[in-house]
Amino acid sequence: MATTEQVIKPFTIQELKGKADPDWCPGCGDFGVLAALEKAIVDLQIQPYNVVTISGIGCSSNLPGYINTYGMHTLHGRALAVATGVKLANHDLTVVVTGGDGDGFGIGGNHFIHTMRRNVDLLYLAMDNQIYGLTTGQASPTSAIGMKTKSTPFGSVEGPINPITLALAVGCTFVARGFSGEQKHLTDLIKQGLQHKGFSFIDVFSPCVTYNHDNTYPWFKQRVKKLEEDSAYDSSNWQMAIERSHQWGEVIPIGKFFQRDDLPSLDQAEPVLDTGGPLALRELGIPPEVAREFITELM
Amino acid sequence: MKHTFAVSIGGAAGQGVATPGNIFARIFARRGLHVLAYNAYQSIIRGGHTFLTIRTGPERINSFGDHIDLMIPLNQDTMDRHLHLLGPGAAVVYNGDTIKPGSAADGVRLCPLPVSELTSNSRSKLEQNTLCLAAGLSMMGVGFQPLEEVLTQQFKKKGEAVVNENVGMARAAYQYATEHFAPFERPLPMTDNKYAVVTGNMALAMGGAAAGVKFYCAYPMSPSTGVLHWMATHARKAGIMVRQVEDEIGVVNMAIGAAQAGCRAMCATSGGGFALMTEGLGMAAMIETPVVVIDVQRAGPSTGVPTKTEQGDLWQMLGAGHGDYPRAIATPTDIVDCFTIIPEIFNLVDKFQCPGIVLTDLLLSEGTASAAPSELEFKVPIDRGELITSANGNGANGGYKRYLITDSGISPRAIPGVPGHTHTVATDEHMEDGVLISDEFTNPIKRRAMMDKRQRKMAGIEAAVPPPKIVGPRNSEVTLIGWGSTKGVIEEAIELLAEEGITANHLQIRWMVPLHGEAILHELAGARRTIIVENNYSGQFARYLRSETSFVPDGHIRKYDGEPFMPHHIVEAVKEQLAGKTKLSVPMHEIMV
Repeated sequence: MATTEQVIKPFTIQELKGKADPDWCPGCGDFGVLAALEKAIVDLQIQPYNVVTISGIGCSSNLPGYINTYGMHTLHGRALAVATGVKLANHDLTVVVTGGDGDGFGIGGNHFIHTMRRNVDLLYLAMDNQIYGLTTGQASPTSAIGMKTKSTPFGSVEGPINPITLALAVGCTFVARGFSGEQKHLTDLIKQGLQHKGFSFIDVFSPCVTYNHDNTYPWFKQRVKKLEEDSAYDSSNWQMAIERSHQWGEVIPIGKFFQRDDLPSLDQAEPVLDTGGPLALRELGIPPEVAREFITELM
Repeated sequence: MKHTFAVSIGGAAGQGVATPGNIFARIFARRGLHVLAYNAYQSIIRGGHTFLTIRTGPERINSFGDHIDLMIPLNQDTMDRHLHLLGPGAAVVYNGDTIKPGSAADGVRLCPLPVSELTSNSRSKLEQNTLCLAAGLSMMGVGFQPLEEVLTQQFKKKGEAVVNENVGMARAAYQYATEHFAPFERPLPMTDNKYAVVTGNMALAMGGAAAGVKFYCAYPMSPSTGVLHWMATHARKAGIMVRQVEDEIGVVNMAIGAAQAGCRAMCATSGGGFALMTEGLGMAAMIETPVVVIDVQRAGPSTGVPTKTEQGDLWQMLGAGHGDYPRAIATPTDIVDCFTIIPEIFNLVDKFQCPGIVLTDLLLSEGTASAAPSELEFKVPIDRGELITSANGNGANGGYKRYLITDSGISPRAIPGVPGHTHTVATDEHMEDGVLISDEFTNPIKRRAMMDKRQRKMAGIEAAVPPPKIVGPRNSEVTLIGWGSTKGVIEEAIELLAEEGITANHLQIRWMVPLHGEAILHELAGARRTIIVENNYSGQFARYLRSETSFVPDGHIRKYDGEPFMPHHIVEAVKEQLAGKTKLSVPMHEIMV
């Protein structure tokens, strides 16, 4: 998401610390995501009061309380709908949505699809740990077939969703995958996502050290391979992105799968926002001549 | 008795019932007459049966009435279904080539038009509609010119030839009627007033525009979709962001997001969509963000009867969402009130930072009424309450507490983008500074303090809204109690009862929350016989009133067949209750649609 915010006084990462400290389990992948987000905002010097961090419900959805921007800790699965309202009401704000795989791809799946389709200008960080953590360990929409959890004690028989393929299929204009064990790489992806004008989706492998004993830090470390290190990979090529999104197993690609900048974001496409500034700051009511017109057409 | 005139037009969906209906309404309103229209229709795009009644007269029209003066059946089905409803003095104008009359009551005039003869040059399939309209106007004593004006306006875009063809055809029918059919006994009067013609859905949308709504979103759902249509059509001129969302869960959450960012935000739905919104309403209350949701009731439960009216969602509104939280619920009492009530509830919810619900129904939302332009005044008082939209020199994070505990329960609300006021709002229970107390810091004392703070707002809301008052003579034999859309029909029933020597007065509820239970008990203290009138099965308001006040009425009049009350339904029910025959009357609807 592009920002034209003029830097008045450089701020530090210390000033971005929220009022509360994270209560995530020690070793949780979400620490790495929070740190990368803070680093990206500081690097880009987006004034914290112009950022709104919005989440649903779940372990990772506690994030807005830990960062000193404006924040909304909303309902399970609804963060993207709320965020769309915030962005359209004040399109000068930088909107960041955070949440987990259950929140975003399960209960919030409908909003996930449609918010991407609309190309709402926001950054969506899905902290994907392939498990329901806050409800103490049930299968999630990204849990692998065969995964044993409290709700699938004999192994899951349902196939997982592929968030990258799904995002590509519905027309998401920035699709990436990060890993909280790759801080520098993740920070860079977040910065690109913040600067992209349109919907930026980053699916972040954020291991749950308490409930997911399959998809652990070592498991990912052995497998993840950066797309940026593959000189033949072209992130403007949608076909290539679709193909690579299906790669899973011994090698799992991370990095930017796809980006296009030729489509307007929703706030750019909506003529009501062409002039007059953010809706939230406009004067209320209808000018008398417009009001007269509305009545006359009924007579 | 007031002088009124009612025209009913019936046909299959797709046969063009609406157009002559709109033309009648416009001609009446331009003549300085009030109008009220109700369309009984079915959930089908082509076919089925639609029966539109437009009633007009020099004084405000309260209901679509008990009598039809002129019926225009556009097909045989309509003739067969409804001819029996007509009494002496009424007339039927129809296409004599294709429709055969059945046996009519004495004094009913059958007026067949030789349509093919009058329209030999026309290619229009809807010609009979225009001809019947013209003939009807002739019999009402309305000159031809108003129709010529409307037709010219309507067909202007299609070119002069089409205008001339339609006007010529209408003139031929007008003349034919003048020569062959006697006029109605009393010609339609005329006044110097000029009225706008508006549906309830349009009035709700325009009320939103007047209130300063900058964000409107919805998922299409009958009978509330008209609000979305007005908003979408006028969005750019009015500077309103209008979005169609993937579902009603998305709708309410998007509206709350826009409201949190500082817009006045509104959405409308019907019962099924509202059910999906209830979790969102709880969020609005918990994070203390004002939002207005309109519920346009239709006959439930479940998908129910999508094109029929009911007052069956009251308990859903009262109990929407889990947990206790402050809310306001308004029930507009007529179509013009649909406009008036929106700015009122926005001022209330902005001040008290809570969700507001406007509870109306199909009868009003899809009904059409006349309104004086002064009744649709867009310049309304706007009070946004304690809203912080600029830093006012407070650049540093100076200990701003979003949920500051105050006597009123209201905490100053900063919107995102204001320096020095960053905070996180949360649906989890939180402390004054917004930090959660739901996880590792649960604390009964703080939890209680926050519940008390939020609920204290209810006292302020109650004081900000006037209590309801009885209208009519104190010592009446009967007190009729209604809520929302039944105001007009109860008023008319009271007039009819008076003609029969029965005195009745009237208490109409416009605010469900706050209810003002004490004031209602005071009002009803001297009532001789109280009867609650409502458009549902179980007496939802009667049960609510009893739960809040322990008040038990002497009788009930209820209806849950999908159609609204007609005045005689209430009159006959009151009479049977006065005669001691029953305490619960459920009138049978006579018009089959």
